[in-house]
Amino acid sequence: MTSKPILGPYSQGDILRLGAAMAVTFLVLPLIIQSDYWYSSILIPWLCLALAAIGQQFVMGYAGQLALGAAGFMAAGAFALYNIELRLPWMPFPLALFFSGLIAAALGVLFGLPSLRVRGIYLMVATLAAQFFIIWTIDKFGWFKNYDTSGIITAQDIVIFGHAFTSPLEMYLVVAAVVTVLTILAINMTRGSVGRNWMAVRDMDIAAESMGISLLRTKLQAFALSAFYCGVAGALFAFTYLKSLEPVAFDIKLSFQILFMVILGGLGTINGAFIGAGFILLFPVVLNTVGNAWFHGMIDATIISAIEQVVFGALIILFLIYEPLGMAKLWEKLRARTFGMSAVRPTVPADLAQKP
Amino acid sequence: MTQVRNFSIGGPVLEVQNISLRFGGVKAITDTSFKVLMHEIRAIIGPNGAGKSSLLNCINGIYKPQEGKILFKGEVLDRISPNIIARKGISRTFQNLALFKRMSVIDNILVGRRLHMSANFLQVAFQTPAATREERENRERCEEIVDFLEIRDIRDTPVGRLPYGLQKKVELGRALATEADVLLLDEPMAGMNVEEKREMCRFILKVNDELGTTMVLIEHDMGVVMDISDNVVVLDYGKIIADGPPEAVRTNQNVIDAYLGVAHD
Repeated sequence: MTSKPILGPYSQGDILRLGAAMAVTFLVLPLIIQSDYWYSSILIPWLCLALAAIGQQFVMGYAGQLALGAAGFMAAGAFALYNIELRLPWMPFPLALFFSGLIAAALGVLFGLPSLRVRGIYLMVATLAAQFFIIWTIDKFGWFKNYDTSGIITAQDIVIFGHAFTSPLEMYLVVAAVVTVLTILAINMTRGSVGRNWMAVRDMDIAAESMGISLLRTKLQAFALSAFYCGVAGALFAFTYLKSLEPVAFDIKLSFQILFMVILGGLGTINGAFIGAGFILLFPVVLNTVGNAWFHGMIDATIISAIEQVVFGALIILFLIYEPLGMAKLWEKLRARTFGMSAVRPTVPADLAQKP
Repeated sequence: MTQVRNFSIGGPVLEVQNISLRFGGVKAITDTSFKVLMHEIRAIIGPNGAGKSSLLNCINGIYKPQEGKILFKGEVLDRISPNIIARKGISRTFQNLALFKRMSVIDNILVGRRLHMSANFLQVAFQTPAATREERENRERCEEIVDFLEIRDIRDTPVGRLPYGLQKKVELGRALATEADVLLLDEPMAGMNVEEKREMCRFILKVNDELGTTMVLIEHDMGVVMDISDNVVVLDYGKIIADGPPEAVRTNQNVIDAYLGVAHD
């Protein structure tokens, strides 16, 4: 049986796990990790990409709309934040970040409109428009880059209450705080009526409509919230990880990476977004380290990166066939086996592998 | 029927007036009219392809008939869309199961409470007192339905994993959760064994007796139809060939001809 919720949608176990995760994020890691490399090259991008993956989860994992353009919305959020900081310097950073997300959300609604007419692979192609249109607009109109010709614009400092958050640890704490808040909100929504409506539309749209769910509102809401999360993620990604703004950083490759994070991590799960982002980000690092340690440069770096692609492709195929619910499900099964607790949570979708 | 009904049959609640539905050159329904009375159980029967499901789909707003109109509580249903019609108080089940397969039984039923929940996404995200109260109250209603349908043991199972008969039960549960005035049940007992059918009949009658819900159901099992329905509409080739109480319909020559397959003119 499912553990009983004691506070909102959370069971006692959920609260313990969430508390433990927050303690590790805000206390343990900052105390034990001294190396800047870990903050600026692993933890910060991991949290940013996980946030974008949560956005992708909303629209794809929960609402079932095959969308591919997360990086476009990330670019929108990043350049929105840059322009707000540039033109409205009086605005407090958290508010500026929020508005950047809102701008991305507005674009999300616009590019979500095709979902009302087309679905599946056709929708995927239609949403690619977001990817290309947003990047093209930023490149085409100099205003967005403040007529900078160098190609790379330095991101402004993050200043909150007069304090500039410039060291890797400080930036990590800013990112972690934003990601924590948005993750909790995401869990609240996906475990509540918002998530149920999305999943109903995903699983059987005509029945959802017959229960009084407006497909228009529900789909556009998923697109808007998805783009909001991607926009905030993109803004943080540019300001804390890249520390610069360049449209190339948000190309289609990044959109695909976020798509893979969601598929590998587990469709329709929030923890899957974190697991998937961690895997996609760390896998090349691990492969590189292992390659260097074992073969001492016998293997060329280009071959290692080629192996990386091959292994990625193979993993995605294997996951789609054998564990369509992704690593989040594997983790739950493992936990169930180790601790003997029930892995089934009511909101976790069961058989994604609908054989056509 | 021997049960005591809390609600006696009243005036017309749903009026289908001269509707015709065509798919290209195929006439699914031709100039069909009938009235469903308040609190009654109305069966729609007829051979395969007679247009029964199409008729429900017209009432429910999935199809838009080319001619005619449908009145609900005296009001013409003209803005045809299933979610608008759901808001007016008509809910349904589907012939080929339209459950949310990857969601648990309780979550499926909770979706049926959609129109009783008004918290917006911000209220849900921030878990405002109004949103949590609404969620708790609606969950309680759904737990009652789970108990009523005797499906507590499968409460948390994703419905895609359940056998057909249980899925039919869950779909009825989801329709009941809407607390709609009129339920359209498209073959609620198809593919069930005698035992399951008897159980389903018991639920349908109990809901009708206790809550007064008007039921319009499509069913092939004549025994069931004769037992539970107050009135029966018989469709053949998209036309009504009989309309009345079960006994009258059973002896109607047109109906006998339609079922035994007499050549049409």
